[in-house]
Amino acid sequence: MRITVTVNGQPYERDVEPRLLLTHFLRDELDLTGTHWGCDTSNCGVCTVQLDGVPVKSCTVLAVMADGHEVTTVEGLEKDGELDAVQKGFVECHGLQCGFCTPGMLLTARWLLDNKPDPDEGEIREAISGQLCRCTGYENIVRSIRWAAEAEAKS
Amino acid sequence: MQVPATFAYERAGSVPHALELLDRYGPDARVVAGGHSLIPMMKLRLAQPEALIDINGLSELAQLSVEDGELVIGSMVRHAELLAGAVATGPYPIFEDAERVIADPIVRNRGTVGGSLCQGDPSEDLAAVFAALRATAVIQGPAGVRKVPVREFHEGPYETAVGDGELLLALRVPILDGAGSAYEKVERRVGDWPVAAAGAVLQLDGGVIARAGIGLTAVGAEHFCAPEAEAHLIGKPPGAEVFAEAGRIAAEHCEPHSDQRGPADYKRHLAAELTRRALARAVERI
Repeated sequence: MRITVTVNGQPYERDVEPRLLLTHFLRDELDLTGTHWGCDTSNCGVCTVQLDGVPVKSCTVLAVMADGHEVTTVEGLEKDGELDAVQKGFVECHGLQCGFCTPGMLLTARWLLDNKPDPDEGEIREAISGQLCRCTGYENIVRSIRWAAEAEAKS
Repeated sequence: MQVPATFAYERAGSVPHALELLDRYGPDARVVAGGHSLIPMMKLRLAQPEALIDINGLSELAQLSVEDGELVIGSMVRHAELLAGAVATGPYPIFEDAERVIADPIVRNRGTVGGSLCQGDPSEDLAAVFAALRATAVIQGPAGVRKVPVREFHEGPYETAVGDGELLLALRVPILDGAGSAYEKVERRVGDWPVAAAGAVLQLDGGVIARAGIGLTAVGAEHFCAPEAEAHLIGKPPGAEVFAEAGRIAAEHCEPHSDQRGPADYKRHLAAELTRRALARAVERI
């Protein structure tokens, strides 16, 4: 089936099988391997991308469902050579260890701050509650997102 | 790597188009909405539909509105939208209680109310919520629209009243003036299915309980409700003792099974205790 998906602002037209999952479309068809592929059961959240600005678990979305829609992956967070505030936050506050959960965490963090620019710790923890950090580095992930919120409030 | 078996994919452009596609592909076609129950089952090959009819584009089914004294929740309303709508305007805090503990925020962005109900999982949270609220399911098929009380909607595990060629359009919930409601769930960890959960809706008249709805999930309650416990409450003033007795009666009529989420006797204990807590919280909210 012929589909056109806009990923990080750029339209991509591809012929895909209806059973192709969005995760694999991004990784294997578009070579955007920043979107990770983890549990395959919509539990771990490492495959989280934004679909029309809303984070979804891309291992449980068919690529054909994204036809005509906009997807943002971690590769699309950086703008004009400058990292997004959430990416800077993860750098500043040591928000990643192995990095496997990080792309998904960043996209959820971006969505959270877009909708709630000044979240408290509880709101941050709730927002990322569907995403697992196997290094259990949640304290620093929460700090990183707070850092981004404060940085954006100042700018 | 988990990959579904091959299937034909069709995108419905309207409700009549969806019905036409269902008719064309026959009983081996499945409707897909958020896909967060169906796609994992297809990946495990527990479900192998020959065709998927995608209804994500049907914005007419994604509305949350009030009509003729009823809250109308379209089948394509996503969990996150029901949570946001319930928080902002809802007469029923039971929706907020339940939606906050259904899966996780990212899954709630995609999963739908109709999909959850049509999946018919015996541990579905919303099945108990709608049973407590005595909602009505609006179903359209080739012969037209029909309404089925939610308490008759589930015909068994993973079996619902939605037949071949039919589509669930909406859930209609009667709005009871001055009612209180609540949902209590015990889960092993964030985002999990319930070990057990109970929902309650109460309306008082002259200091006594005039209407009572109790929904139970994951404990083998027939049609996700507890009519014997509800009958015990009617005409009595609300209070700790009457609520505890209603919980005891509700638990007595359940048939929980032991599984990885806990032994049957623990689930039966939870059925009683969560019913009691939900009733107590519901009455506080009146």
